[in-house]
Amino acid sequence: MDTQGGNWAMKIGALKESFEGEARVAVTPSSAGHLMKLGHEVFVESGAGARAGFSDDSYRGAGVTVVPNASELIGAVDVVAKVRQPSDDEIRQMQPGQTLISFFYPGQNSELLALAKEQGVTAIAMDMVPRISRAQKMDALSSMANIAGYRAVIEAANNFGRFFTGQVTAAGKVPPAKVLVVGAGVAGLAAIGTAVSLGAQVYAFDVRPEVAEQIESMGAEFVFLDFDEASAAQDGAATGGYAAPSSPEFREKQLAKFRELAPQMDVVITTALIPGRDAPKLWTRDMVEAMKPGSVIVDLAAERGGNCELTIPDEKHVTENGVTIVGYTDFPSRMGAQASELYGNNIRHFMTDLTPKKDGVIQHNMEDDVIRGATVTRDHDVTWPPPPPKIAAIAAQKPKEKKRELTVEERRAAEVAAFRADTKSQVTLLGVGAIVLLLIGAIAPASFMAHFIVFVLACFVGFRVIWNVAHSLHTPLMAITNAISSIIILGALMQIGSGSWWVVLLGALAVLMAGVNIFGGFMVTRRMLAMFQKS
Amino acid sequence: MDYGFTTAAYVVAAVLFILSLGGLSGQESAKRAIWYGIVGMGLAVLATLLGPGAGNWLLSVVMIAIGGTVGWIVAKRVQMTEMPQLVAAMHSLVGLAAVFVGFNAQIELARVLRAKAEGVQVFHGFAAVLADKTPAEIAMLKIEVFLGIFIGAVTFTGSIVAFGKLAGKIDGKPKKLPGGHMLNAGALALSVLLGILYFTGVGPAILWLILITLLAFFIGYHLIMGIGGADMPVVVSMLNSYSGWAAAAIGFTLGNDLLIVVGALVGSSGAILSYIMCKAMNRNFVSVILGGFGGETGPAAEIEGEQVAIDADGVAAALNDADSVIIVPGYGMAVAQAQGAVSELTRKLRAAGKTVRFAIHPVAGRLPGHMNVLLAEAKVPYDIVLEMDEINEDFPSTDVVIVIGSNDIVNPAAQDDPNSPIAGMPVLEVWKAKQVFVSKRGQGTGYSGIENPLFFKDNTRMFYGDAKDSINKLLPMIE
Repeated sequence: MDTQGGNWAMKIGALKESFEGEARVAVTPSSAGHLMKLGHEVFVESGAGARAGFSDDSYRGAGVTVVPNASELIGAVDVVAKVRQPSDDEIRQMQPGQTLISFFYPGQNSELLALAKEQGVTAIAMDMVPRISRAQKMDALSSMANIAGYRAVIEAANNFGRFFTGQVTAAGKVPPAKVLVVGAGVAGLAAIGTAVSLGAQVYAFDVRPEVAEQIESMGAEFVFLDFDEASAAQDGAATGGYAAPSSPEFREKQLAKFRELAPQMDVVITTALIPGRDAPKLWTRDMVEAMKPGSVIVDLAAERGGNCELTIPDEKHVTENGVTIVGYTDFPSRMGAQASELYGNNIRHFMTDLTPKKDGVIQHNMEDDVIRGATVTRDHDVTWPPPPPKIAAIAAQKPKEKKRELTVEERRAAEVAAFRADTKSQVTLLGVGAIVLLLIGAIAPASFMAHFIVFVLACFVGFRVIWNVAHSLHTPLMAITNAISSIIILGALMQIGSGSWWVVLLGALAVLMAGVNIFGGFMVTRRMLAMFQKS
Repeated sequence: MDYGFTTAAYVVAAVLFILSLGGLSGQESAKRAIWYGIVGMGLAVLATLLGPGAGNWLLSVVMIAIGGTVGWIVAKRVQMTEMPQLVAAMHSLVGLAAVFVGFNAQIELARVLRAKAEGVQVFHGFAAVLADKTPAEIAMLKIEVFLGIFIGAVTFTGSIVAFGKLAGKIDGKPKKLPGGHMLNAGALALSVLLGILYFTGVGPAILWLILITLLAFFIGYHLIMGIGGADMPVVVSMLNSYSGWAAAAIGFTLGNDLLIVVGALVGSSGAILSYIMCKAMNRNFVSVILGGFGGETGPAAEIEGEQVAIDADGVAAALNDADSVIIVPGYGMAVAQAQGAVSELTRKLRAAGKTVRFAIHPVAGRLPGHMNVLLAEAKVPYDIVLEMDEINEDFPSTDVVIVIGSNDIVNPAAQDDPNSPIAGMPVLEVWKAKQVFVSKRGQGTGYSGIENPLFFKDNTRMFYGDAKDSINKLLPMIE
């Protein structure tokens, strides 16, 4: 653990994004307020928030210092916050010991990584924040994916010439749009939620069978692939919650299923990404050709080559058979205000972890899983890839036992067997009961048997009646059976009048106690029953 | 009045009692059912007083009046949380009454036989019934007297101990004298031996009966002392059942069909309740009665993680965000008398348009259906109070679950850990909800002394403090 920068307040500044068309900004007026509460001083480049709808004045109103240009900002601050990965030019302007927080993608940007190392910059990659519960609040990939998923559906709806929701109007019936979401990660689930709330009929597919429950909870139908699970099922826990590449056989099955679905689907949203690889090609040319004219494909993996073979990154185009393919790569940026708000919060939460004492002093604790994981260069050293986190991302899932569908014959056989077993046990019980009764009858006097029949029948009636008593009324049941069991008072009443004073005394006491019980029992039962009210 | 009238009245009373129990199948019909019971009882008592065999009815009426007043006052005053104690206490009265009636039967029998030997032929009242008996019938009668007294006496002391445990006057932990169940078995064997002496007419019959009664008193005491507090639902149901069987045995003695019918009804009712309770705890009846938990089956699974506490603000915020809430009450709610606060919370949440329901485990509390009665008292509408089977599937789609003073009935170890002492017991699957708040006095295990992995789960937050105070703190924060 070490301390950077001494005891004065740390200065944090957000650059205006240099990437063409990028609307997001790393610090918003509201997140700046939180950063200041941590004891930091906040700077922003003039015009940084303009595209996201935050004017320089609104920043000033929140107490942020607005700096006219990028080089001045980089010169003034200790921590540079950005959204997109920095340009070479931006990195070169930084000084050793300065901290950079932004998306970085160290896996694909080895040159940038080398440059940052050379400059002695501490680079924190927001895309490398480990996926553990504690770090969810700073998981920028998830918050951006959520926006992308939402926006993908909105883009699809915009390009789809029909309703999403089914309607029956005076002018005719409109069937609901059928939407297929491929890949149920954060973006996929967000897309499912949005499409469902627009009224579409949503189907979703994912190679990880354990997400079926999540898909169904969002209101979509899980597209089930009949495949030998032992070779195909991947445990999400092993890969940190992301999908891993699948076997060729599995892929074939999957494509066959998509081919079958393609003609029925109006909208297809693909979100399948495998960490550190190009996007898998899941929606092939023939599937696009099989789709109805007017259908829409939104490819959220376009930046990584696209899940659809015909995707052109950053472009929207219409195929010969009238299918619109949207290949935009800037969905979060298209919702600049929202995306900045969430990204700003992610940065703010990360800074909270970096400033544990809330005194404006950064403690860059390399023992901390989250901070260690996200730090890619430090002190002229590349610290990527990080060692595996100490806590597993997701608890290992126990393999679910698959319930086999019974065939009709098997079910019938089981029913017959159950019926036979039932009959057998009943007949045995009746037989034993009858023998016992006969034995008793053989020795007991006739007058006893007359009473005994009454007893057995009463037991039988009792069993039948009591099983129907509602569980919630068990306490009143006990109170009322208690009251009526003081029927023993009859015995005492019969005896009280005859014989010695002993009998009279005991009889009188018995009557007294039974009397307590009768009145007490019924009274308390009435009290309880009167309390049960319907809403 | 002749004998026919009495019998007719008995038949009507028996039908009324059956209808009365049958009416308890629903909350609304139950309100009518209670009147069937009252009318049936009134009819039976009246018919007996007016019928043949009864005498000295002035004394009877006075005694009923005194007893009735006492019962009335007690029933008026009792708190709903004290219901388990009350029920147990009332069982003890039935048990003792059965013992007295049994003794009377023997005293009368001896007198009648003596008088017969002296040549007296005219008897009246109960004695007339006895006088008509053949020797075989008298032998049968002695068996019945034995059973009636024995069961009655066990019920008497057993219920008193149960009362003491439920009222907190006796320590709830299982306790046994040295010798344990061998003492019970010995006492049982001795009473059977004395019963045989009594049956064959060797020696002084009354002395044998008194000894049998004392032994039965001991068995009742020792048996129930050995059973822990949380098994009380089974014990109370079982004693309920015994009081019924005792009444039935006395009915045989007196040749009274109504007593037999009612005794059998009550006996089977108690037996079914015991069965339901045992099933809900996944334990067999014998092991409950023999007390304590069975031997260890292996080391219980280690629990990883920590219990995370939360304050009222956090709980209130989650409740304000939630759409669906399920409350799981347990004995702790009864102890803290928190049902009123819980009801108020429910009312506020429902007023805010949230779905609020209650999940009741069959063995929650110390009496079958205990929680339902408490919630009803606090004016929680019964249609949002659901049984385990009705609601268990709804937990995954629930936003917030509040567990108030229950522990073992929400323990996931029952499903996950085959070595857990409660493995296989059906439990409420609260951990499947998005968020669980556990209101509890402090860190500590429940009655069974088992760690509850629920408290360590990621989606569980511990809301420490007295249940009533905790809920009251929440109330002003619910919008």
